[in-house]
Parts: sequence; C-alpha cells; structure tokens
Amino acid sequence: MAYDYEKSIRPGKLPHIWCPGCGHGIVMKGLIRAMDACELDRKNTAIVSGIGCASRLPGYLDCCTLHTAHGRAAAFATGVKMSKPDMNVIVCGGDGDGTAIGGNHFIHACRRNIDMTYIIMNNFIYGMTGGQFSPCTPTGDKASTTPYGNPDPIFDISKLAIGAGATFVARTTAFHATQIDKLIAEGIKHKGMAIIEVLDDCPTTYGRRNKFRSVTDMMKRLKDIAVPVAAASKMTAEQLEGKVLTGVLYKEELPEYTAQYADVIKKAQGA
Amino acid sequence: MSSPKAKLEINERYCKGCNICVEFCPTKVLEMDLFVVKVAKPEACIACMQCELRCPDFAIKVHKIEE
Ligand SMILES: Cc1ncc(C[n+]2csc(CCOP(=O)(O)OP(=O)(O)O)c2C)c(N)n1
Ligand code: SF4
Ligand code: SF4
Ligand code: SF4
Ligand SMILES: [Mg+2]
Repeated sequence: MAYDYEKSIRPGKLPHIWCPGCGHGIVMKGLIRAMDACELDRKNTAIVSGIGCASRLPGYLDCCTLHTAHGRAAAFATGVKMSKPDMNVIVCGGDGDGTAIGGNHFIHACRRNIDMTYIIMNNFIYGMTGGQFSPCTPTGDKASTTPYGNPDPIFDISKLAIGAGATFVARTTAFHATQIDKLIAEGIKHKGMAIIEVLDDCPTTYGRRNKFRSVTDMMKRLKDIAVPVAAASKMTAEQLEGKVLTGVLYKEELPEYTAQYADVIKKAQGA
Repeated sequence: MSSPKAKLEINERYCKGCNICVEFCPTKVLEMDLFVVKVAKPEACIACMQCELRCPDFAIKVHKIEE
C-alpha cells in the first residue's frame, strides 16, 4: 500500500514551502516513518527547531512543536526534556543553525548526553538566506559569500558530535531514503543524545553555484560519495578519498542526563 | 506485455517537477510533462516504491495491485 503520511501532517499544510527537489521533504518523510516504527504518541512527542529552511520542518507535523530562535533549538529542547523527562524530544535543523550560530548549544547538548534525537540536515549551505557559506561548505566550493571558492576547512558534523560526547552518532543522505527512517528510529530508541546527520541537497543556493545543474545531479552526488562503514573497512585510503562514511558511526551506553539530574534532586531533598 | 504491478496516483497540486522520480525509476515509467510528472508507461511499473519513497513533495503514491 501507499504509505499514509497525511495522518502525521497538520491539515492544510501541504504543499510545503521547500523548493523543487529540496531534500528536506525526503527527511521529513523519513522522520514520519521512524515515528510510526517507534509508535511514538504524537501528544507526547516534541519536535523542536531553530531557524532556516530545515527548521521549518516541525511546522508541518501534527505533534507538539516548538519553532524557536536561530541556533537555539538544542537549548529549548533541553528545557523541554528537563521539565518533562518522559516526553520524546526530537530536534530538527540545518548545518548553519546547528554548527554556526548554534555550535555551542550543539556541542554542550552532546556533552550532557541528554536523551533526545537531533536530526541535522547538512546541505552544506545557508539555504534560507540565499546561500552564504556555512561551517560545512566544502573547501573550494562556491557560496554567495565565497565567489572565488571557500578557503575554510569544514566541520565534520558526525566527528564533532562524537568528540563532544554524543552516545549515538549516525549518518546517511537524502538519496538513501530507507536508511533515514532506520537510523532515526535507532536514535529514538537510544537512551542518550542521538545525532543523525543527513547529507542533504539544496539545489537552489548550493547546487546551481557548484556545477550540479539539476536536482538529480545533486542526488547522484550524494549517492556516489556515501560509503557504508562496513564496506569502508575493506577500502584503501586512496579509494576513500572524497567519500563519506554512512551508517551507525558510534554507539555507547552511558548515564543519561535527566536520570542523573533526578538523583541530584533526590539528594538535595535529603533522601 | 505484462500487467502493471501498481496503480500510480499523482497529486498535480503538490508535484513541483523536480524530476527525482523520473530519474530514479528503474523501468522509466514516468516522464516530465512541462513542470508536472506524468505516468507515461504504466504497464512497466514493477511497484518498487522508489518514486514514492524519494518524492520530497508527497506528490506520488504507489498503490500495489494484489494478485
Ligand atoms: C540571530 C539570527 N541571525 C541570522 C539569521 C538569518 N538566518 C536565517 S536562516 C539562516 C541560516 C540557515 O541555514 P541552515 O541552518 O543551514 O538551514 P537551511 O536553510 O540551509 O536549511 C540565517 C543565517 C536569523 N534568522 N537570526
Ligand atoms: S533554499 Fe535550499 S534549503 Fe531552502 S527550501 Fe530551497 S532548496 Fe531547500
Ligand atoms: S514504483 Fe518503481 S517502477 Fe513503479 S513508477 Fe515508481 S519507481 Fe517506477
Ligand atoms: S519526485 Fe515528486 S515532486 Fe518531484 S517530479 Fe516526481 S512527483 Fe513531482
Ligand atoms: Mg543548510
């Protein structure tokens, strides 16, 4: 049967505002399938975002949603989770929102290992504001603010998350649609901070400046650069040049923050 | 000629003509008709679901035909 997405979408909200071929819609569908797979009660699920095209995602979903200030999604989400530890908390946002203006919130939420799932849609650019370079714009690529090519090295979001202390880190791409929901579902089930990085396409402000003449050229590039972690272990450094690892990159069971904090409350109350 | 394995439903109001479904359909069932996709070769559909899965716009549904 055709998948029933509509039951998870607020009535009258489609068509969405994203450009033709923008991968954010593919990620949203993956999130819906993951929430279905985990049987999340929408009334007990908060989807939190900052600002950007990616951050428009929660507005479409028939869940408890919170659209906050640029870069602050992780901080607001932490507030929700601390006041309602039994609530499922999911953050959605872009590379700019999460690693530029919101970089500090991102790393400290990872460090605390608070139980939430953070889906970061990395389209290598500030899409919403017209294509300024982000900390994830590949070196040498063009953005409206780097017309001669970007001289900066990039943040590898997944590595950043692992280094900062997230206990579940996974990566996929907008092309690999079925992997999106599998990894998000695994992240939801994980007790602690789960980061799901989805390499995404912004044909409008990144693709057209960087020799991807069509939406599908961008999709094919995402298909080509992805290498599953298991396959990578059998490849040489030369073969891995320019590739990106996909799948579950890191997983560890460590004490979760709201549980730790509940202990503090007990102690403070003299238990 | 084999019979189609699915009935395709296209929502022309949602389709933005991005071409993703056309490009990645393994049996070239779909075609672009100006800015909206159309089902050009329904009989070739193998019900693989790839178009529905990747459409960013919720614009294409694959209803499998049970045999
Ligand atoms: C405090 C503040 N600074 C700057 C902006 C302008 N702004 C809006 S969205 C955005 C970048 C969004 O990029 P990203 O998070 O990667 O999302 P995308 O649009 O690429 O999906 C910026 C800089 C803002 N809204 N608020
Ligand atoms: S500008 Fe880019 S990120 Fe924003 S909706 Fe368009 S394609 Fe998507
Ligand atoms: S279900 Fe598969 S074969 Fe049928 S139109 Fe879609 S992509 Fe093509
Ligand atoms: S993938 Fe969806 S929006 Fe894009 S052309 Fe096909 S039906 Fe239309
Ligand atoms: Mg971006």
